[in-house]
Amino acid sequence: MKIKSSLGSKVFDVLNTVFMLLLVVIMVYPLVYVFSASISDNAMVVSGQVVLWPKSINLEAYNRLVVNPDIWISYWNTIRYTVVQTFFSLLVTGCMAYPLAKSWLPGRKWILLMAAFTLLFSGGMIPTFLVVQHLGLLNSIWAIVLPSLVSTWYLFIMRTFFAALPAELEDAATIDGCGSLQVFLRIVLPLSVPVLVSIGLFTAVNQWNSFFDALIYLNDRSLYPLQIVIRNIIISSSNVQGEGNTSYIETLKYAMIMIATVPILCVYPFVQKYFVQGAMIGGIKG
Amino acid sequence: MRKHKVLYLLMLPGILYYVIFKYVPMYGIIIAFQNFSIGRGITGSKFVGFKHFVDFFYNTPDAWKLIRNTILLNVYDLLFRFPVPILLALLFHEIRNRAFKGFVQSVSYMPHFLSTVVIAGIMVTFLSQQTGIINHMLGWFGIEPILFLGLPEWFRTIYVGSEIWQTAGWGTILYLAAIAGVDPTLYEAAKIDGANRFQQMRHVTLVGMYPVMIVLFVLTLGHFMETGFQKIILLYNPMTYETADVLNTFVYRRGILSADFSFATAVGLFQAAIGFLLVVTANRIVRKYSESSLW
Repeated sequence: MKIKSSLGSKVFDVLNTVFMLLLVVIMVYPLVYVFSASISDNAMVVSGQVVLWPKSINLEAYNRLVVNPDIWISYWNTIRYTVVQTFFSLLVTGCMAYPLAKSWLPGRKWILLMAAFTLLFSGGMIPTFLVVQHLGLLNSIWAIVLPSLVSTWYLFIMRTFFAALPAELEDAATIDGCGSLQVFLRIVLPLSVPVLVSIGLFTAVNQWNSFFDALIYLNDRSLYPLQIVIRNIIISSSNVQGEGNTSYIETLKYAMIMIATVPILCVYPFVQKYFVQGAMIGGIKG
Repeated sequence: MRKHKVLYLLMLPGILYYVIFKYVPMYGIIIAFQNFSIGRGITGSKFVGFKHFVDFFYNTPDAWKLIRNTILLNVYDLLFRFPVPILLALLFHEIRNRAFKGFVQSVSYMPHFLSTVVIAGIMVTFLSQQTGIINHMLGWFGIEPILFLGLPEWFRTIYVGSEIWQTAGWGTILYLAAIAGVDPTLYEAAKIDGANRFQQMRHVTLVGMYPVMIVLFVLTLGHFMETGFQKIILLYNPMTYETADVLNTFVYRRGILSADFSFATAVGLFQAAIGFLLVVTANRIVRKYSESSLW
C-alpha cells in the first residue's frame, strides 16, 4: 500500500514544501525590505533600486529619529501605559474571576451574564467617549488605561482556569485557618502563574500596539504613545511632504516602522509559546 | 457569610468597571433619541424620537453607500479571509518534517504581532505611487504606476489582502489544536478502508475542524458590522470614501471630529442592533443544525 500511494503523495509533499517556502517569503519579505530601505540611501529607495538588500548604507534616518524628542517621549508613554494597564488589568480581572469560579457563590450567575452580554452589545463609540469625557479623564493616562481595563474573554479564561484548580488544596488551607483572601493570595495565585503570564502578555502587546483610544482621548502631544507618532510621521506626512529637508523622508518612514517593530520582534521568539498556549486556552469554549 | 463578603469585595472593582464603562454607555444610547447637548446633559436634553434615524436614512446622501460598504467589506472579508487559516492548517498538518513545520508556523504567526499602525504604514509606503516598491516592481513589466490608495476600486483588495497577510498564520492555531484532538484511530480506519492522503484530509482532518469552524464563524458574524475600522481609519482618505467609508468611520467623523453626538450615536446604534441580531440569529441556526454553538 505504501508504494502504491507514494507517487501522488510525494508530488503533494514537494508541492506543499514549495508552497510553504513561498509562504515564508511572503511573511518575511516586507520586513526585510523595510529594514533594507531604512538603512539605505534615500535616493536609492525612491528610485526603486532597493529591492532586497540595502544599497549605499546611510543611517541619516535613524540619526534624525534619535534626536527627535517626540520619539522618546512617546516611547516612554507607551511603556508607561503598557505597564500600568497590564498591572491593573491583571489585578482587577483576577480578583473578579476568582469568586466567579466558585459555583456556590450566590449571584454569580447574574454577574457572569452581565459580563457576557457586553460581548454581544455595547453602547458604542460616542456614549463611551462621553462617559470618559464626563469623568474628566480626557488627556490623561487613565483615558487609555481604564476604558479597556477588563476584557471579558480574559475574564472568562481566568475563571475557567481557577475553576479547574483542585478544590482540596483550598479546603485544606481553609481548615488550617486561612481566610478567602489568604487562600487566594497564597494558594491560588502561585498556582496560576501560567494563565497570568499568558493574559498579561496579551494585554501588554494589545496596549503596546493600540492607537485608537489615544486618537480619540488624547490631544496633548506630550501624552502621545508611539503608535500615534508613527501614524503622524508615516501616514499624515504623505499628504504634507513639503516640510523641511526631504532628502531622507522616505527612509525616515521605514526607520520609523523599524523602531516600532523591533521590540516586538525581539521578544517574539521567547514569548511565542505563551501566546499559542493562551490562544488555545481562550479558544476552547471562551 | 463573612467569607462571602471578602469575595464580593474582591469582585467590586471589576463590577464597577462593567457598570461604568459598559453599562452607563448603554444607558447613554438614550441620546440617540434626543438633541443632546453637553451643557444640558442626558436629563436636560430634549427628546426628538426617531428624528436622527430618519435624518440618516432619508436626508444623508451617503447612508446607502455606508451600509453597502459596511456589508461588502465584511462579506469579502468572510469570503476570502475566513477560509485561509483552514486551508493553511490542513497544509501545515501535512508537513512531515517537524522542525520545518515548527519554523513555518512560527514565521506565519509573526505578522499578528505587528500593530495596525505598522501594517498600515507598510501598506502606505509599499503602495506609494512614486516611491513604493510595488509600483517599481510593476514597472519592470511595463505597467504604469498606480495610485493604489487613491483609487476606490483598489481599497477592498488592499484592505482584505493586508488582513489576510496579518491574520492567516495566527488563525491556524485553533484549527491545529482541533486537528491534534482528532482520534488517531480514525486515520487508521480510513487507511484500512483504502483512503489516500487527500481522502483522509477531506474526510478525517477537515471533519475534525468543523466544531471550531462553526464557533469561529458565529464569532466572526458577531463582529460583522464593525470589522477592522481602525485599519480603515488609517488607510482611507476622501478619494476612496466611495468604497472605504463604513458606518463606523462615519460615526467617528460625525461624533468625535464634528461633535454631532446624537446623530452619530443613532447611526452607531443602528449598526450595533444589526450586529446583535446577526449573531443571535446565526447562533440559533447553528444550534439547530449542529452540536456546537456559542451558547
